[in-house]
Formats: sequence, structure tokens, C-alpha cells
Amino acid sequence: MRSDKSKLGFFLLLAPLLIWLTTLIVLPHVGMFFVSLQEKVGIRQYETSFANYAVFFNEPLYWNTFARTAYMSITATFLTLIIGFPIAYYIAKLTRGRAKTTLFLMCLIPFWVSELVRTFGWMILLRETGVLSSFLQYIGAVSGPVEFLYNDAAIMTGLVYTSMLFMVVPLVTTLDSLDDSLIEAGYDLGGSSLSILREIVIPHAMPGIVSGCIVVFMLSLGNYLTPILLGGKDSLWFTGLIYNQFITRFNWELGSAFGFLLLGLSSLIVFLALKISGQSLGKTMGR
Amino acid sequence: MITTIPQSAPFRWSYRAYVTLFFIYLALPLVTVCVFAFNDSVFPSLPWDGFTWDWFFGTEAPRIGVFHERPILRSIVISGVVAIWVSGLSVIVGTCNAFLFVRHDFRGKNLLYILMLLPLIIPGIILGISILVFSSTIANTLEEATGLWFDGLRPGLILVVLGQFSFITTFATLVISARLQKFDSSLEEAALNLGATKWGAIRQVTLPFLLPAMLAAAVVAVLMSFENFNTTLMLVGSDAPLTVTMFDRLKLGSTPVLNAVSLLLIVVSAVLGLLSLLLKR
Repeated sequence: MRSDKSKLGFFLLLAPLLIWLTTLIVLPHVGMFFVSLQEKVGIRQYETSFANYAVFFNEPLYWNTFARTAYMSITATFLTLIIGFPIAYYIAKLTRGRAKTTLFLMCLIPFWVSELVRTFGWMILLRETGVLSSFLQYIGAVSGPVEFLYNDAAIMTGLVYTSMLFMVVPLVTTLDSLDDSLIEAGYDLGGSSLSILREIVIPHAMPGIVSGCIVVFMLSLGNYLTPILLGGKDSLWFTGLIYNQFITRFNWELGSAFGFLLLGLSSLIVFLALKISGQSLGKTMGR
Repeated sequence: MITTIPQSAPFRWSYRAYVTLFFIYLALPLVTVCVFAFNDSVFPSLPWDGFTWDWFFGTEAPRIGVFHERPILRSIVISGVVAIWVSGLSVIVGTCNAFLFVRHDFRGKNLLYILMLLPLIIPGIILGISILVFSSTIANTLEEATGLWFDGLRPGLILVVLGQFSFITTFATLVISARLQKFDSSLEEAALNLGATKWGAIRQVTLPFLLPAMLAAAVVAVLMSFENFNTTLMLVGSDAPLTVTMFDRLKLGSTPVLNAVSLLLIVVSAVLGLLSLLLKR
């Protein structure tokens, strides 16, 4: 009787998880894959083929955008790591008590705010009539208005800004768990700052580095707002192409193929990152 | 490089300067947005034309303030309704998931756990289009079979709620699981020894212990739902939530009304965010 009851309880707990995962995650992605394999041969007539994928590989604009999105996302991930690591180290190791909490909170607050608002802020700062351009004219560094918006540097600034938190928080968490005495021991044994960083701090922070990099990379790759708003109309980002196929052209078959390619790329890079660093998804993401 | 290790003064100072610069970089866009909400000009850009409250309380075109701007007020209400649904659903499912993963061992647990984490690494726009394609396929099939219309499966608020729910549940699960793991199960056993039923013990002992985490998860879900853009954009119908409405306005050219809305969003998000942190403690 008792075991029957707990079995029932178990299945009652299992049901929401299974319903959620099947109807909103697994089946939609399987469905999307099947749609991507459909080639339109007439009005409401479809054949199964890889034609949509062929379109992607035969049109340089498409795969160039794909490669560019990947390349820019990887660069953004690197920059975020390089910029964020010293900050995380400072918060985790060089501050104590209240100062630590305050700095940590100051890192968090911008990211509770909508991404749209953050991007909007950068637009006001960087546009031709914006704050930066006016400031430079005011101090006499430039003679006329300068447009800082609508180029790759603007996109990069926005991407790094948008994802900074997701790098700093896991780094602070892992660096916090590193015992100070290990670093002291390193110095006692005659290590230089650089060798201690390389042989003690970074290996210890690896889980945080990997999970930060994965999240930042995913966020950049899947970002739509930042490239569209800061990069302007000509800026090509793969999510923009997907949006166009779905909403503007109503070509869901090609759009699904694009979606699947993006998913494939992101999964591949996450897989490689986990393999190279010897981490697992459950360990790094399920904190 | 830790506090006990002496460092040269130039190094210390340049490190501090770097940290200061970093925090200026973090604050700059938000401060700018807030400041320009009070600029007495029809564009959110320099020159500074003086201070005004018009972008909040103005009633005459072109200076209609947020509080008199119907489309924006409406989209705030829509965002609120969506957020409440998403938050409620994901906390319920998240709590069930937490109990399942923390308390039970079963075959396929690891696989399910990985599947549960997947929404974290699927780009939002792809979650959106896959749900869009899937629900439309079902709607088409059903409509062909029955001749009825299934509006709920077409882009609109129900799909927006489902789309946001699909990935916010993962966050709720993680927040609630973390707290459940800290629970001392001898408390529950004590309740059982004192004659409580299994469900009674969970309701009287475990759930009150979990409540702060559930509330924190609910607040985080509201925040994430309010600010979500990518998934929502693909599933939105005629009733647009706030982020989509603001995006459409931005594409047309911005006025300081958007700054005023943003300022309100910043204040509300900061308050909600701090609340979720307090609850998680």
C-alpha cells in the first residue's frame, strides 16, 4: 500500500516535467527539423529533401553571415572573459564584507534591466548626435559630429556589455571557493604572480570560466536586439536572417533549416568547450 | 595578489582604476537613459534643453507622457498578465522538478536532468520558432480534421506564455532545488514520527522551508518574463508586450517617452531583483 502510494506520488512529480519537456522542448525541435527537410515543389505540395540546406550552402550571403555571427560571438566571449576576469578576481579576493556585497550587487543591477533598455542606452551614447560625439566636440578632440553607431565595434561593445554578468558571476563564485592559503603557498614556494595565476588560480576557476564562456557565447549567438539596433540595417546577424525568413518572407522551411544550423553550431561549440575543458553540462550549468 | 600579499603601489592603483572604469562602463548606459527622460527636447540626445516632467505626465502631443500614453500602458498590462502566468506555471513545475530530482532516484534521471538544463543553452529565438512551427502544425492538422479554428495555437498571448515558460522553468527548478538540497530531512521524519501523513509533513514542514526560494523563483520569473524579447518576438500576435512595443517604437525613431518608460523599468527591475536576492538568503 505504502509503496503504491509513493509510486503514484513519483509519477505525479514526473508528469509535469515530461509534459513540459516533450511538448515545449523535444517535439518542437524534432518538428522543426522535419519542416526544414521539406522542399516546396508546388502550392501546398512538399517533398522531403535537403534543398533548404543546399540553399544555405549555395548562397554566400547566408553562410558568410553564419560564419560572421560565429566569429563575432567567439570574439565577444573572449573579450568578456578578459575584461571580466580581473573584476571577478577583485570582488572575490581583494574585497571583504560589505564592500564585496556592494560591488557584487552593482554588477547585478544592470542585468535585471531589460536588454532593450541597455541597448537603447548605448544608442543614446554612441549615435551621431549622442553623448560621446558631443563630448568629444566639446573638449575639441573632433571638429564635427562623429557616428559611433552602426559598425562592428558598436555591436561588440553591446554584446560584451549584455553578457558581462554571466561571466562575472560564475567567476566570482569559483574564485570565492579558492582558498587564499593556496595562493600564499604559491608565493612562499617562489612563484611569480604570473605562474600562480597560470598554475593555481586559472585551473581552479576553470568550471566558472567554462560555464561563463558557454552562456556568453550562447547569448551572443542568439542575440537579435544588439546587432539589429547597434549594427544598423546592413549589419548581418544570423538570427536576423531567421527572423526575416519566418516573419517577413514566410518561408518557414528555409527558416527552420537556418534555425537548425544555428542550433547545430551552438551545440557543437558547447560540446567542444566541455570536452576540451573536461567539464560536464550538469556540473557547470546546474549550479 | 590577495590582501595578505603586498603589491607595488602603481599596480594597486592601476588595478583600482581599472575596476572603477569598469563600473562606470556598467552604469553609463543606464544613467544616460535615466537622465534623458528629463530632457526638455523631442529627441533623446544632446543638447540638454532643460529639465521637464513632460515625458511622464505630459498630456499634449508631441509631449504625451508615459502615464497618458495608452498603447504603452496597455502593453505594460499585457506584460504583467503574461509575467504572472509564466511565473505561476514555472514555479509549480519547478517545485515538482525540484522534488523529483532531489528526492528520487530512477532510471533515466541523468538524461532527464540534462534535458531539463537544455533550455539554458538553446538560443531564445530558436525556442520561439520551434514552438511556433510545432503549434502551427498542430493547429493546421486539427483544423483540417475538425473544420474548427484553434486560435490558441496561433501566435498570440498563449504562445508567448508557453514560450517564456519553456525556458524560465529551468531557472525556477535550479533556484528551488538549491534550497531543497539544504533541507534537513530529519525534520520531515520527526513530523512523520509524530503521526503526520507524508503529504501533511511536506505541507507543514518542507513547503514552508521552501517558500522563500519559491517566492524568489517567482520574482526572477517575473523579471525574466518582463524583459524577454527573442522568444516573445517570434510568438507575438496582435497584443504586444512592453519590450516588443518599445522595439517597434525604437525602429521608428525614439522620443524621450521611451527613456521615461525605461527609467520606470530600471526602478522596478532593481527593486524586484533586490527582493529576489533577499528572499534567496
